[in-house]
Amino acid sequence: MHELLKYPFDSQMLLKKRRKIKKELQESGAAFIHKKIAILGGSTTHDIKEILELFLLDAGIAGEFYESEFGQYWQDAMFGSPELDEFAPDIVFIHTSIRNITAFPPVQSTQEESDALLDAEYNRFQVMWDKLKERWDPIIIQNNFEMPYYRILGNRDAYDHRGKTNFVTRLNQKFYEYAAVNTTFYINDIQYFSADYGLSKYADPLYWHMYKYSMCLDAIPEFAFNLAAIIKSIYGKNKKALALDLDNTLWGGVVGDDGVEGIEIGHETSMGQVYSEFQNYVKELSQIGITLNVNSKNEMENALAGLNHPEGTLRSDDFIVIKANWNTKDRNLSEIASELNIAADSIVFVDDNPAEREIVRQSFPDVSVPQMCAPESYIRTIDRSRFFEVTQLSADDIKRNEMYRANVLRASEMQSYADYDQYLHSLEMHALIRDFEPVYISRIAQLTNKSNQFNLTTWRISNAEMEEIAKADKYIRLFGKLSDKYGDNGVVTVIIGEKDGDTLHIRLWLMSCRVLKRNMEHAMLDALVAQAQSEGITQIIGYYYKTAKNNMVRDFYGAMGFDKVLEDGDDSVWSLQIANYENQNTVIEVED
Amino acid sequence: MDTNEIFERLNEVFRDVFDDDTITVTEDTTAADVDDWDSLMHITLISAVEDEFDIKFNMKDVVSMKRVGDMVDIIQQEA
Repeated sequence: MHELLKYPFDSQMLLKKRRKIKKELQESGAAFIHKKIAILGGSTTHDIKEILELFLLDAGIAGEFYESEFGQYWQDAMFGSPELDEFAPDIVFIHTSIRNITAFPPVQSTQEESDALLDAEYNRFQVMWDKLKERWDPIIIQNNFEMPYYRILGNRDAYDHRGKTNFVTRLNQKFYEYAAVNTTFYINDIQYFSADYGLSKYADPLYWHMYKYSMCLDAIPEFAFNLAAIIKSIYGKNKKALALDLDNTLWGGVVGDDGVEGIEIGHETSMGQVYSEFQNYVKELSQIGITLNVNSKNEMENALAGLNHPEGTLRSDDFIVIKANWNTKDRNLSEIASELNIAADSIVFVDDNPAEREIVRQSFPDVSVPQMCAPESYIRTIDRSRFFEVTQLSADDIKRNEMYRANVLRASEMQSYADYDQYLHSLEMHALIRDFEPVYISRIAQLTNKSNQFNLTTWRISNAEMEEIAKADKYIRLFGKLSDKYGDNGVVTVIIGEKDGDTLHIRLWLMSCRVLKRNMEHAMLDALVAQAQSEGITQIIGYYYKTAKNNMVRDFYGAMGFDKVLEDGDDSVWSLQIANYENQNTVIEVED
Repeated sequence: MDTNEIFERLNEVFRDVFDDDTITVTEDTTAADVDDWDSLMHITLISAVEDEFDIKFNMKDVVSMKRVGDMVDIIQQEA
């Protein structure tokens, strides 16, 4: 992560040094996914684009941008343009503001007239979204509206149908209703953002009249950061877990010295209340699927006593991995990552001690290490760092902690078996392996954008593209679901093979790291071979394209019985004759 | 603040904004003299100058600035 882009950043510095930062990010050698982003603006969007680009590059997303001519958002969306058609955006961001509302109710209007104006204004937007969907089916990110910066009716403006404040509130509400039923449509909440920033500063009229900016220049970096959070989340760049210190992080005082009665948590003292509120916040994060872990220098016994303090909100069983020992925190962090089977860079390390933060930062430059200052600012620091932006809240997310807990149980059970195969049998695994089905398309597309480690070709596929692939005759497609006696892991693996005469080219093979070493890949190859044979295929070709993260599967095809036919630098091509193929899976019961 | 100091600090701002360490501005420098100094970069520049000198230009100031000398005059009055 670039130092100048870490929250809290210096907005002026970012605006000033943007060119230099861009160069540094582009030359950092990081691996990027490429996305096309069309910005359709009702005001000038130049600086938004440039700063957004920096935050996305910093997250590993290289944006290619299209900007509409000034104020042409509606025309571009409704009628397209040759340039935009050729661009074919993955994402359309519609940057409108209260300056783009065409008509507010005049003070003499009746309730019915206000309602009619509201419908007219809303419909102007909805036809545009529908048109975009029909034309490119992109991900749409739409601003809601900030509050007006003056109120003719004063406080009454909020609740009288003739007030601008009331009109904007109702219009926003209609946007949310559309968002609730359209899964690829997201709201960029500038109403919250501008309030948080300070509406008087945000809406400084100088910037509109001088430059046709809908907000003051200084707000743009934070605005772009807020917008980038949505895009990062869509492409799977969210953080997944917290590694929390205990003493003076989750409670006041040192449990080893002060005893469990001596620590500050609960309603007795004002400081105790602050820590309680923070524990509540952390608990709420776990409820949206963020995994909680402890990384503390403590005796285990004391750590557990602190976590089970009667006044605390968090309980020790809210945590998946608890490291309470005297090892260095970077070592504990790396163990937490490996026990959860996630990359260290998806962990946020929370510690009040600057020296501990520094050690972790040194060992893991990609781990997020927010600067925790006064306890009363802990929540704001983590919240505004936007680590956990929620763009989808699937049943999977809500259940994620259960799945991790089941993984820990599996791991402990594994130790009681002498033989790994015996252990796998004991899990009573069931798999469902089938051609793509409509209900799973968005999960399958999501996996292609999120999976990095067990991913042979790292082919990123959008929802719209996936729907095309699901219809095309030239492919053999398989998804796999895996469940066992501890729970259901959902859709965890995908293969797309392209037919070419008697040969099948594997264009995509990925698997979630959640189910590594469970022989699911054997079951998938068995199913693929069976399907291929039934379609007259005699040979399967597999490709490995190296990225910064998929070294794990470098020799995957070799292990699956393929022969290497070509090596080109770090990339390789493998082949398997399937006439005498023997099934490899012996531990998973497969239904199809 | 003396004029030399203002120019010294302005040069730093220009060099940052245009990412070009060779820029040296004078009273008579205008947008035509600096590569990339278009209307969009102008906005960034104004904001960076405001930040450097801890001042806020009003609209009349911004509209009347035609050359770097005009900018220096306003900085001298305000700072």
